[in-house]
Amino acid sequence: MKVKEINKTKNQQSGLDSPVNCEAPNMQQVPETPVQLLKYLIVGVLFGIVFVKAEIISWFRIQEMFRLQSFFMYGVIGSAILVGIVSIQLIKRFNIKSMDGEPIKIADKEFRKGQVVGGFIFGLGWALTGACPGPIFAQIGSGFTVVGVTLLSAIFGTWVYGKFAHKLPN
Amino acid sequence: MDQVIEWIRQPWPWYVAGPLIGLTVPALLLLGNKSFGISSSLRHICAACMPAKIPFFEYNWKKEMWNLVFVFGIFLGGVLATLWLSNPDSIVVAESTQEDLRVLGITDFSKLMPSELFHWGNLFTLKGLFFFVIGGFMVGFGTRYAGGCTSGHAIMGISNLQWPSLVATIFFMLGGFAMTHIFLPVIMGWIGI
Repeated sequence: MKVKEINKTKNQQSGLDSPVNCEAPNMQQVPETPVQLLKYLIVGVLFGIVFVKAEIISWFRIQEMFRLQSFFMYGVIGSAILVGIVSIQLIKRFNIKSMDGEPIKIADKEFRKGQVVGGFIFGLGWALTGACPGPIFAQIGSGFTVVGVTLLSAIFGTWVYGKFAHKLPN
Repeated sequence: MDQVIEWIRQPWPWYVAGPLIGLTVPALLLLGNKSFGISSSLRHICAACMPAKIPFFEYNWKKEMWNLVFVFGIFLGGVLATLWLSNPDSIVVAESTQEDLRVLGITDFSKLMPSELFHWGNLFTLKGLFFFVIGGFMVGFGTRYAGGCTSGHAIMGISNLQWPSLVATIFFMLGGFAMTHIFLPVIMGWIGI
């Protein structure tokens, strides 16, 4: 509760006080210069290479997963979560600070009906396009430029959600 | 050195790719207190390009610029991996999946995406309508309504032991199963390959 209150005040201060706050807010206090942002470019590039090299961006891998005909994607997501859990536990246990010496903060996820309804809708689209929002960018990069249309449509879908967010059960 | 390049060019197994993806979580936290999440980038693009006075898009998106830089990196990574590290052989798709998809009319298993569906010629056809336009819309609308996607909920959220993220992930999977086994055969019947 205390953390939530702190987050609330911080969001208000930083102008993040929209009806539904950013789900993965930037918790860093000190603003970053464009040059400092380059480190996220590098992480992104490495991430994109993994997506392509492990063929996670393939429509066929997603089909194998939803048909339970290959362990591959379950192995990828499962081992990623395992490494994530261990990493976050270590960060919390040893109070590891970020590079700028700030304590690491992770916002809690609050339960909303959207996780059920929206989650199901996303699942429908995931199986159709073979893309979650990450792989979409890597698919375009690997030369499937028509996926750019999928991306535009996904941006439009996000916009329509924002437009009608207050009318949807949440 | 040639051997290393040769090894990199092969498709990477899940036990290499999965942990590397998992490491993105601490990497972003340690580099700058950032929580891993990709679908937020779509929201920032809306907020930056067409906020239209909608409260949902009225926030300081510039503070979240790192997220846009990150997804641009994913795009660049896709370019680099395809130009210099690509596997000369065809993708290996499970036999049983190939059989199931042949029934639906998909017969080209040589590329990462089925060539029958993912090319520009399909843009103004029923195939394009379902696989690009409606599919993409559901990805964008659904992830935002759910408050995250595979990265923000399934990986970051569950890694932080958040039960709402587990619920979201279960419904991602249920949606995918429903599309694959119930709706896809119907859609493929309509659009006809």
